Amino acid sequence: MTMDMTTSLASVELANPVLTASGCAAAGRELSQFFDVADLGGVVTKSIMLKPRSGRPTPRMAETPSGMLNSIGLQGPGIDSFIANDLSWLRQAGARTVVSIAGHNTDEFVSLAKRLYHQPVDVLEVNISCPNVESRGQVFACDPIASARVISAVRRATNPNVPIFAKLSPDVTDITQIARAVADAGADGISLINTLLGLDIDLDTMRPTLGGTTGGLSGPAIRPVALRCVWQVHQAVPQLPLLGMGGIRTGQDALQFILAGASAVSVGTAVFHDPTAPIRIIAELEAELARRGFRSVAEAVGFAHLSAEEQAAFLASRSPVAGVAS
Amino acid sequence: MAGEAGDQAQPAAGPVQETGEIFDVTRFGEYTQFTVVAPGVARAYQPGQFAAVAVGGVETSMLLRRSFALYGVKPGGEFAGTIQFVVAANGRGTEWLVQQKIGARLDLVGPLGVPFPLPRPGVPAVLVGGGYGSAPLIPLAEKLIAQGSEVEVIVGAATARRLFGDLQIKRLVGTVTVTTDDGSAGQRGWVTDPLPSAIERLGAEIVYACGPMGMLRAVGEVAQAHAIPAQVAVEESMACGIGVCMTCVLPVRGSDGVSRFVRSCVEGPIFDAGRIRWADVGKLPADLYGADGM
Repeated sequence: MTMDMTTSLASVELANPVLTASGCAAAGRELSQFFDVADLGGVVTKSIMLKPRSGRPTPRMAETPSGMLNSIGLQGPGIDSFIANDLSWLRQAGARTVVSIAGHNTDEFVSLAKRLYHQPVDVLEVNISCPNVESRGQVFACDPIASARVISAVRRATNPNVPIFAKLSPDVTDITQIARAVADAGADGISLINTLLGLDIDLDTMRPTLGGTTGGLSGPAIRPVALRCVWQVHQAVPQLPLLGMGGIRTGQDALQFILAGASAVSVGTAVFHDPTAPIRIIAELEAELARRGFRSVAEAVGFAHLSAEEQAAFLASRSPVAGVAS
Repeated sequence: MAGEAGDQAQPAAGPVQETGEIFDVTRFGEYTQFTVVAPGVARAYQPGQFAAVAVGGVETSMLLRRSFALYGVKPGGEFAGTIQFVVAANGRGTEWLVQQKIGARLDLVGPLGVPFPLPRPGVPAVLVGGGYGSAPLIPLAEKLIAQGSEVEVIVGAATARRLFGDLQIKRLVGTVTVTTDDGSAGQRGWVTDPLPSAIERLGAEIVYACGPMGMLRAVGEVAQAHAIPAQVAVEESMACGIGVCMTCVLPVRGSDGVSRFVRSCVEGPIFDAGRIRWADVGKLPADLYGADGM
């Protein structure tokens, strides 16, 4: 029996649940040297802003245990060049496209949504949580009212056929409060998590390593935090599809996110280590699902929230696809 | 980003990811030279290009690849293609790497970056290497000599144990000028000390250099004083090596006069020294493209 790897992000059906993560795959072109981006569940593009943006001064990166800190600062070409060059390339490449947008304020988010209204966008990811945009500590996603204001404005400005996903920060006291706020404001789904704000100090200079002083922590180091956020948000807003990310490196990691409630996952920092990681993870995830008796991704979404009795009843109702559950 | 390539050379083909077996490990002073069987990387290689090597094994906690300039590349024939690179142990990743033995397997991505642009056949050139930055100059010198250029090479380091490739270059070119900061080999001083006379003696029309940023800047200034270009290979720290992460940027002035943060991994690592805004490395100059969007 073949595994049904399809999944959906709100109204958008994906061939499989493995996407790139915003900021970790540019707009797909570089990775297409290593594999066909159309084979992914989708490409999530680096957050684009209205105007061209230089990004922050170097050093922009520091390696940390099982992770890295970055302070890139959303270097990018601006929306016009993005539409002309990157979006058209993705269209030609046949990739499902999740466009991530970022703005300094609500008006900029709205302008971006309008510019993309007639463009080939499958899902809009609204990055209200980048630690490198606003003055630090004033990230929209740290405040339920600010988050809701941006999301409801973007929802009104965006093509109604295009689902919008709010990207949340883990750097909050209660992520479910933000999740409920964006759900009420009209988000069709939630992407989580963005990086955690961190710091590294260079022991030679005895000053912060990064040009931007603080940076966003990503990689397997943050995976348990990300998984906890997916778990909590799935419980808080079970009706909303979740795009889970944070340190996913293997098919087993991806499966954990799906069991916690993610309908799909993004592979981010792992790409820097292994450019073919997203494609490898699709195959690994398929094998992990089969080994546990699932016949589809959909069956596994949120499965960890079932009671032991419910899980046993489901698994007893079928014979495993390949082998027995280990 | 408006991909402002200027008059740069372009790679012959895209990079590949492959697992290569270590064929030989040789120590040179403080350096370790690896010869690795990597036919995919070797196939498309041109001098100046590099490979990004994963460190720490399968379950590594070190996620970022380490990038090394390639040389001694044998594209294969009777035997599978091999590449060489040299490692200086100066951190956890490189310390892991120098402990790897013959037969161990490395996860490689390459060849990456743009190659050294070559002048018209016969144009005399001076090559300047700092520390193990002399490694990629060896295949460049071979190529220049093969196309009829007269070549002089200057290699320098802090101390004799940090020199690399001086003997190989001497065999190849016939002569090599060596400088060390402490006078433990060659003449005491910097590579820029003998550079002006080398340029003048040869009537050089181009300078190539690879080494630390300060050295590259100084070499660029000497070349500029002689009104000739310097093509330099930068060593900016990289996370991915393939152009997706945007960490390895440098402020570079384009042929359109506009300065941008450009990626050293894909738009470099070879740049015209006159285009790099050396004084602004590590800063965000106000006239940089997109600085007003911050």
